[in-house]
Amino acid sequence: MKTDGTFMLPSASSTIAGEVDSLFYFIFYTAAILFVLVIGVMVYFVIRYKKKDNDDNLTSSVDHNNILEIAWTLIPAILVMVVFFWGFKIYMKMNVIPSQAMEIKVTAQKWFWSFDYPEGINVTNELTVPVNTPVKLLMSSQDVLHSFFVPSFRTKMDVLPNRYSMLWFEATETGEFDLFCTEYCGLSHSEMIGKVIVVTQEEYDLWVEKESVIDESIPLDVLGKDLFKKKACYTCHSLDGTRLVGPTLKEIFGSEVRHTDGTTAIVDENYIRESLLEPHAKIVEGYSPVMPTFQGQLKDREIDGLSAFIKSLK
Amino acid sequence: MSNFAERNFLNTPAGWKSWLVTLDHKRIGLMYLYAIMTFLAVGGLIALAIRLELLNPGSDFVTADIYNRLFTLHGAIMIFLFIIPSIPAALGNIMLPVMIGAKDVALPRLNLLSWYIFCIGAFIALYSILKGGVDTGWTFYTPYSSSTETAVIAMTFGAFILGFSSIFTGINFIVTIHKLRMPGLTWFKLPLFVWGLYATAIIQVLATPVVAITLALLIMERLWGVGIFDPAMGGDPVLFQHFFWFYSHPVVYVMILPGMGIISEVIAHFSKKRIFGYRAIAFSSLGIAFLGFLVWGHHMFTSGQSEYAAMIFSMITFFVAIPSGIKIFNWLATLYNGKITLETPMLYALIFLFTFGIGGLTGIFLGAIAVDIHLHDTYFIVAHFHYTMMGGTVMAFLGGLHYWWPKIFGRMYNETHGKISAFLIFVGFNMTFIPQFFLGSQGMPRRYYMYADRFHTLNIVSTVGSWILAAGFFLMLYYLVRSIKHGKPAGANPWGIHGLEWTTPSPVPPENFLEEPKLEHGPYDYDKFMPEKTV
Repeated sequence: MKTDGTFMLPSASSTIAGEVDSLFYFIFYTAAILFVLVIGVMVYFVIRYKKKDNDDNLTSSVDHNNILEIAWTLIPAILVMVVFFWGFKIYMKMNVIPSQAMEIKVTAQKWFWSFDYPEGINVTNELTVPVNTPVKLLMSSQDVLHSFFVPSFRTKMDVLPNRYSMLWFEATETGEFDLFCTEYCGLSHSEMIGKVIVVTQEEYDLWVEKESVIDESIPLDVLGKDLFKKKACYTCHSLDGTRLVGPTLKEIFGSEVRHTDGTTAIVDENYIRESLLEPHAKIVEGYSPVMPTFQGQLKDREIDGLSAFIKSLK
Repeated sequence: MSNFAERNFLNTPAGWKSWLVTLDHKRIGLMYLYAIMTFLAVGGLIALAIRLELLNPGSDFVTADIYNRLFTLHGAIMIFLFIIPSIPAALGNIMLPVMIGAKDVALPRLNLLSWYIFCIGAFIALYSILKGGVDTGWTFYTPYSSSTETAVIAMTFGAFILGFSSIFTGINFIVTIHKLRMPGLTWFKLPLFVWGLYATAIIQVLATPVVAITLALLIMERLWGVGIFDPAMGGDPVLFQHFFWFYSHPVVYVMILPGMGIISEVIAHFSKKRIFGYRAIAFSSLGIAFLGFLVWGHHMFTSGQSEYAAMIFSMITFFVAIPSGIKIFNWLATLYNGKITLETPMLYALIFLFTFGIGGLTGIFLGAIAVDIHLHDTYFIVAHFHYTMMGGTVMAFLGGLHYWWPKIFGRMYNETHGKISAFLIFVGFNMTFIPQFFLGSQGMPRRYYMYADRFHTLNIVSTVGSWILAAGFFLMLYYLVRSIKHGKPAGANPWGIHGLEWTTPSPVPPENFLEEPKLEHGPYDYDKFMPEKTV
């Protein structure tokens, strides 16, 4: 993960980041100077005009001064208007999406990100993009509000369930960058973390090629283990018996589970298949029906792989 | 005249039952004061638990589920049960009629009703804890709040009811300030605290109904499936944000304007000086109250509202900075050539200039849209609003509490303890929240109960700061409670300052003044007359 930022800001790794930082530092230093002046004057006055013992004199009757008052109204007004225009100018750049940008569909749901590429690739939580290329994200949510935030790109946009929101960025250096959900979305909000992997155009082309074909030579359980990580199953299901949002998968295969409606079942391949495609058909007792469906996101061989992986956890 | 008024509002009429049906604004205000101090303590203890969880990056002290309930409860208690009623309903209620030479507020029965509505609202809101708590955050954003299984209805219904208490207090103050000023006390002879309360009351009356309607709609959606905010039922979640912030931004000024009023009083009186720019301060309160209604969209720069709307909201937001700046400069100019003494209330006023200064200046970052996009919903926001709400309102409230304490209870607290406590609170507060600015600008999102390792150091500093802050509050609790019985009698005017409230005995007699009050001086006439200290 890229961590070479300053004490105040993370690395500036998009075309817009540098401009945002300039304004950030302008405000920071202007505000710091103003603050030091105000507090300095305050401390000076408090020391200088400290009441002396036995001083019973009356104090000055001066209670306004037009020039002074106009000055301290106008000067701050000019300063904040500069900041307003500056901030708005950059904001417009953030919002005008370059026409040649490559488009990726982003779907947010509790508690992971899924990305659909024009080439038909679907990945979870890891957004791989080429460097120096404008990328447009077309985003929507399956459930509640989420927000797409990449600190190093200085970009953020809420993801809504009833309309599309858009965002674009152009990464200027390769590396891995944090992707946070910044709109509170419930239990695992703080684990709804993905990353943006910025690679060179050649590496990106290779990646697309590799993701587009299903490598039949990978053993099923290895494929499953890989998917468990890639599809972010670990957010809700532990492998070591820890209780998370959903039941642990440790030794679950072949065991008997009890459902909220009182029925029981033995976990086998068909049970796993149903849980992936129709997760709300049977809910294990003590858990909430919050798992999203993976219908259309998993190919048959991938479901086989997950079954094989879960079987191997005995 | 003895220094302690034996017959006062605390013991006349006698018996605890007389408190339950009292129409005396001072008693009602004092009951409010006890209630909000209790809520401050509860909200503060929850904050300590939250900071303890955040001491380390992983999940150790509480689970995510509990953590989400804790930060919701902390926010809801502090906003609805502490800050909103803190200065107006408690200190304002007690002091306002005395400061304008009146016997009571204009509508004493409405005042008592507002207290009981406050109690009912608080009970209903806290009943949600028994039902397992609420995990939406105090903002109740839809569709999360319309779909979560936690006790959202109890909490929002409580807030709905509390709104009426706030509206009633507002109406009462407006009528009181218009109709009950003593003869000769014209608008521009009013103490500035009264101006602050007046501007606040206007916002309370105009804005609170909107949040009441919003919360009622949310309850209808949950109970009967009326689709207003939840897209699953054909509603619009962003509409909720518009409604919510249409109230909740102006309410920020409900919190800060009376605080600014206290600061104006304390700075002028402890500098023994005419306040500089009286009219500018009074009108800037009204200006802030008006502009406060037009900036709600700055909470929503990333929500997908139109770019055009964002631009307008950003511009008006910067306009609010100007009257706030004017006040700060006027307070500084008041210090100039004064005769400054540094008792505890004045220390809080100076702390206020420091902390609210930071709160205001960091608001500039957030008003600039492009920078806000980066900082929105990170710890920078958390730090910023704690600097305005706690660094602003709470510091002013503590200043006001120490300032009028001798008037309310007739006795002085231990001044040394007061100074030590103010120092601990100042250091602890800054240590808690300064690191959060940098956590936020580095990208740590708010409402995370686990975080990346690189945020660890600053979180440790912040949590240790919260312990120092707590120590300051515990010391304050000790010396304030102790002073009620053991403090030195204060006399009518312990600070030796102007103001009608300091011409009547302490504690205040039931009818406020022993004889018809006389308006001999303006509120800040230190150029004409220097009152004597009575302690």
